[in-house]
Amino acid sequence: MSQSKILVLFAHPSLHRSEANAPIFQQACEFDFVTAVDLYAEYPRLNIDIDREQQRLLAHDIVIFQFPIYWYSTPAILKEWQDLVLEYGFAYGQDGNQLKGKTFLCAVTAGGSVEAYRQGGHNNFTVRELFRPLEQTAIMTGMHYLPPLTLFGSRTATDENRLPLHLQHWTTTLDMLHEGQIDIQRADSFITLNDYLTDKTMGIEKYHSKEVGPDNLEQEDNR
Amino acid sequence: MTGYFVQAFIYLIAAVIAVPLAKKFGLGSVLGYLIAGVIIGPVTGLVGKETVTIQHFAEFGVVMMLFLVGLELEPKMLWQMRHRLLGLGGLQVALTTGLITIIAMVFGQPWQTALAIGLIFSLSSTAIVLQTFNEKGLSKTQGGQNAFSVLLMQDIAVIPMLAFIPMLALPEIADAAASLKEASEHHQELSLVSGLPSWAYALAILASIVGVIVTGHYLSRPLFHYVASSHLREIFVATALMLVVGIAALMSLVGLSPALGTFLAGVVLANSEFKHELESNIEPFKGLLLGLFFITVGAGINFSIFADNLVVILGLTLLVMLSKAAILWLLAMIFKINNSDRWLFALSLAQAGEFGFVLLSFTMAQHVIAPDVAAILQLVVALSMFLTPVLFIAFDKIILPRYRDAINQMEFDDIDDCGTVIIAGAGRFGQIVNRLLVANGIKTVMLDHEATQIENMRRIEIKSYFGDATRPDLLHTAGIDDALMFVVAIDNIDNSVALTHHIKKSHPKLTVLSRSFDKGHSYALRQAGADFTINETYHSALELGAEVMRKAGLHPFFVEHKKTLFAQVEQDASDDLYQKWSNSEEEQYGSDYQKLFIRLEQAIKSAMGRDRLDKHSASERGWTPPPKGYDKKL
Ligand SMILES: Cc1cc2nc3c(=O)[nH]c(=O)nc-3n(C[C@H](O)[C@H](O)[C@H](O)COP(=O)(O)O)c2cc1C
Repeated sequence: MSQSKILVLFAHPSLHRSEANAPIFQQACEFDFVTAVDLYAEYPRLNIDIDREQQRLLAHDIVIFQFPIYWYSTPAILKEWQDLVLEYGFAYGQDGNQLKGKTFLCAVTAGGSVEAYRQGGHNNFTVRELFRPLEQTAIMTGMHYLPPLTLFGSRTATDENRLPLHLQHWTTTLDMLHEGQIDIQRADSFITLNDYLTDKTMGIEKYHSKEVGPDNLEQEDNR
Repeated sequence: MTGYFVQAFIYLIAAVIAVPLAKKFGLGSVLGYLIAGVIIGPVTGLVGKETVTIQHFAEFGVVMMLFLVGLELEPKMLWQMRHRLLGLGGLQVALTTGLITIIAMVFGQPWQTALAIGLIFSLSSTAIVLQTFNEKGLSKTQGGQNAFSVLLMQDIAVIPMLAFIPMLALPEIADAAASLKEASEHHQELSLVSGLPSWAYALAILASIVGVIVTGHYLSRPLFHYVASSHLREIFVATALMLVVGIAALMSLVGLSPALGTFLAGVVLANSEFKHELESNIEPFKGLLLGLFFITVGAGINFSIFADNLVVILGLTLLVMLSKAAILWLLAMIFKINNSDRWLFALSLAQAGEFGFVLLSFTMAQHVIAPDVAAILQLVVALSMFLTPVLFIAFDKIILPRYRDAINQMEFDDIDDCGTVIIAGAGRFGQIVNRLLVANGIKTVMLDHEATQIENMRRIEIKSYFGDATRPDLLHTAGIDDALMFVVAIDNIDNSVALTHHIKKSHPKLTVLSRSFDKGHSYALRQAGADFTINETYHSALELGAEVMRKAGLHPFFVEHKKTLFAQVEQDASDDLYQKWSNSEEEQYGSDYQKLFIRLEQAIKSAMGRDRLDKHSASERGWTPPPKGYDKKL
């Protein structure tokens, strides 16, 4: 099976103050099969080059939006990016099938805690629910959607020493995506990709105990 | 007259041959001068006794050197460095002096002489060490920085030493000297204070020191302004020399050290806008005179003494260097200078220095050290300096490889030291650049050749310096060697191109950003090597044009978009045209603006036209809605 190329589109408008996203992005830059793009650095005036971005999409199999959650959504430049790059005739509509078969993932950080992101919590909805527009955009453009890889409580993650574990999940995610070892259908039943990864029968442990290949994974399903 | 010419020629040719050779072999220029002196003196006998007279004259180079050291020492910087200076530097001077004094006393010298010897050998060679650090890129290492503090402290310590040494004078030596001298020269030094009672003497000294500070602070400015506005370079040089010579003369007249006076004047002027210009004017004189001084030292070396005392001199040299290195090592331990840096610190400063020569001739003149002892010590100083390059080679080849990893780590730590941006031209353009950078905490050095311009800037508390940025020596003193980037914003087209060209040639790695007046100018700048050029009116004109469009009723966001697009197309077309411009030989300097402009407009038109033929025309791309009724087909 051929190995996938990954495009990380990163959006953070005040990187110098970032505690969570900066190291996450930094780590993505280390992989040679990952193209890591700092959108705000490349388009400081939000003047996104449509052609260049479409070429990038064509050259990769997996598209990742990496961003801090701002008002239950993406920072502005990622919205602008969608509005400009996902053109009729390219991403959807007549002959608009260039993204078909690719995989789409959001790697996000949330200021709120995991308890806040559920019914009855003070954000009322799960991140999965809140990102429905992105999920539907992926579906509309023919991409496979993965639940968001999420770091909750991002403002205190460094102080409480939770960042290293998240970075480890991030690395595993990139590796597994590259090797084609994430079971998209099964992942779909989880709220976050973290849940998928840490689920005993699905993720990290199986991936790291190499004797179990992706084929065996499916048989061991016990859900 | 003919005699003088011949002699001058001998000195010069010796220097011209020996110094570059010495540098080539990694020995540094100080050793080059010494070798030149040895060759024309003891080896070939081309010069003789007159070297002593010349040496007295050449000592003035030391005075100038201290003026320059003072200029580099802003009081604020001194204050920031006070712990390392006084702690590390002070302890080094004190401990080394103590140890060497004891050693000298063990060898049977009276304590006065021993103390003078201790003082002399506590100093290291600023000239050799700093130059070697620069050449080997060690200046920014922890070892290098600490060594610099120690050297600085030593340079400052020379001044009280010069004042203190005469008090150690020994009557025996003085008598011996007096009887020798009696017949030959018997001239009285000119003095203003010889007949005065001691309270008046103290007053005179106080008055002249205050005089130097007040003159430096208040009077020199208007004077330099007046001279600078005449735009006569040589008069400015003359003024700078006049200042240094005048202060030296005043100090001698009241019986103080000229070095002390010029050093003070230097510190007072360290904040002045004329700092870099003064430096670059005095520097060559200092260099030549110091060179001359070292040549005379070399020429004065007596080979028969060397041969007769070979074992003693070698032994003493090793003893001195070992003692110095041991104390440096100890201090490095106390001050937590670790790994290879500790070695660098200890080895680099283990020699005696050029001030050792100065103090030796001074102590002899003051009858503190007997001439025969001084002659041997002089050889010890010289030999220890000769050995320094060997130590540096040892550091490179033996010690560094062992600590390779530690060094790599350390280099990442040095982030806060990001260097300065030099801005040439303090006019309308350079000022704005400077304000933006300074407001964001980026260090700048702004230069302008109009003294009035600088005065205006200083009035509103913007730090800037007087000086013609097209002169390489001024760029050097302004710190181009450590600069982060260089902004060319001078208002003369030809000079800006020449400056860009010069910088890119002398410092190929330095990023140069230049302001252009028009297309032709910007192409010329690009060709000269500028990494970035920008037209000074282009963006404001675009803004004004955009305002017209908005006032005409077009939607502001639409206007913004069109403006960006126009700039983009223009940029691409302009790049295209530049390629053509630089490839076609004949057009290059027939670059009259009109022809260029017409070709550019054609290029823009064709670029816009090409896009309009596209399905999505470039000007209509972005937020394009799907065709009507598209949802029926999904
Ligand atoms: C404008 C703005 C809006 C935000 N909105 C949300 C939000 O809706 N939900 C949330 O959990 N955190 C929100 N946050 C907090 C960010 O998600 C949090 O600061 C970020 O994840 C920290 O990552 P960083 O250290 O990389 O900047 C918001 C922050 C900003 C600045």
